[in-house]
Amino acid sequence: MKVEQISIFIENKSGRLADVTHALGSAGINIRALSLADTSDFGILRLIVDKTDEAKTALKDQGFTVNKTEVVAVEVPDRPMGLYGILQVLDRGKVNVEYMYAFVERCGENAVIIFRFDNPEEAIKVLTANGINVLQGERVYSM
Amino acid sequence: MLWNAEFETLPREAIAALQLKRLQQTLQRVYATVPFYQENFRRAKITPDDIKSLDDLRRLPFTLKQDMRDNYPYGLFAVPLEDIVRIHASSGTTGKPTVVGYTRRDIEMWAELMARSFVAAGAHRGDVIHNAYGYGLFTGGLGAHYGAEKLGASVIPMSGGNTKKQIMIMQDFGSTVLTCTPSYSLYLAEAAAEEGVDFRDLKLRVGIFGAEPWTESIRREIEAKLNIKAIDIYGLSEILGPGVGIECIEAQHGLHIWEDHFIPEIINPDTGEILPHGEQGELVITTITKEGIPMIRYRTRDITRLITEPCVCGRTHIRLARMSGRTDDMLIIRGVNIFPSQIESVLVNIEGVEPHYQLLVDREENLDTLEIQVEVNEKTFSDEIKVLQDLTQRIRKEIKDLLGISCKVRLVEPKTIARSEGKAQRVIDRRGK
Repeated sequence: MKVEQISIFIENKSGRLADVTHALGSAGINIRALSLADTSDFGILRLIVDKTDEAKTALKDQGFTVNKTEVVAVEVPDRPMGLYGILQVLDRGKVNVEYMYAFVERCGENAVIIFRFDNPEEAIKVLTANGINVLQGERVYSM
Repeated sequence: MLWNAEFETLPREAIAALQLKRLQQTLQRVYATVPFYQENFRRAKITPDDIKSLDDLRRLPFTLKQDMRDNYPYGLFAVPLEDIVRIHASSGTTGKPTVVGYTRRDIEMWAELMARSFVAAGAHRGDVIHNAYGYGLFTGGLGAHYGAEKLGASVIPMSGGNTKKQIMIMQDFGSTVLTCTPSYSLYLAEAAAEEGVDFRDLKLRVGIFGAEPWTESIRREIEAKLNIKAIDIYGLSEILGPGVGIECIEAQHGLHIWEDHFIPEIINPDTGEILPHGEQGELVITTITKEGIPMIRYRTRDITRLITEPCVCGRTHIRLARMSGRTDDMLIIRGVNIFPSQIESVLVNIEGVEPHYQLLVDREENLDTLEIQVEVNEKTFSDEIKVLQDLTQRIRKEIKDLLGISCKVRLVEPKTIARSEGKAQRVIDRRGK
């Protein structure tokens, strides 16, 4: 039920983000979702792509530091209070969210949110027990 | 194993007697042939005849690197140029290089001391010595080369650079001993890993590393990454080149300085006063066999101490503790004395942190600032900001605890800090420029 995400260390220097996307594009890799967390010195670019391992190799070949982590993709009703409902479930289940970002694409009537939990197994249990749809990795990569 | 058992295990009294005799001869010679020393001794109101014991050495004036610059290029030579068969020079990063000349006997003596050093490091005839010290004006390449030939080993005169080829040759030629700077050995390991070459599959057994200060933690790092014994060698062109002193493989603790050719002293770098054995200070060396360019009480700028306890290897020559830095790469930041090696020791003890780092010293609004740039690798990288911030906080705190100064830690992308094929440049000091 988990989704593979790659994260890339980038210094705050002009052109580095372009270098990443160029490396991925040249390797024929498509980006599904993206989030950039930044500080004054560096940023962490988190990506969900259609071919995780190929993307990792392509970036490492270009000298980037790349890690793979597991995140959870959750369908969120695309209406007011939709996200709140899910966060409420997580809160009641005492699940801590490390970070989250929204998926650019829609999935039927719902939006997709990517969550990074410190304990993904527990989070998935809580979500599914409350009738919330957690998406399979394959589904997300091919959206 | 010993190369020259007679001289390497000479009793202490015999060493002292030999040193005094050779010192007196050297002083007579430089007094007669080098105007610089004549003038210097006259100013100190001393003649070679006044030196009646080794203790009298302290009455002689020091020789400084600046004296070599002032007498550039041949002013300190004690023989006519026609007796000089080789000329080397320091890199001269701060102006004119310092030039040194060797007579044929000097070259033979140097080869002898390098052969001794190789044997002390555990090398022998039949070894394939991969010499990646730079050839040319720098003494490292040719110094190690002649010593390895004298030993009767097979030398590969690689010189520095051309890293991919170095790795291929190590694989194909079956190199067993590597000689280069410690920082270059780590660069080789990194490059090999990228090529998919595992150092454990190579025949390499020993590495002999010198020409820049390095730490015990870097030794562990090198030994693990290259799967070898890492031996520290000491030398400087003004005195000879590599082979002034070396660690024995038996103890790997302190560098035996070849006392039948050199007299070491440790002084307080600020006052010039001689410090008792065991105390840390600046190393001063007097050469007592060199013909081309003898050196009287040369201030090396290297910080060390003398180890007088007998060594397990049986050599009777005194040992220099691992160099802890140089008086000239000592940084004074907001009044605190700091050696890059101290910062290095903090970094290499943090799990996952690469030994590649750079120190950036600057002055902002009359206040010194120190920034430590550290490369991020897969072990230290995380997809969460707080993990990376915890890492920089931890480095900051450990530096503060150890050195009492605050610094900024900047994480940089891998390979952004320049790799050196010779001496690593650890410090960029932008103050006063």
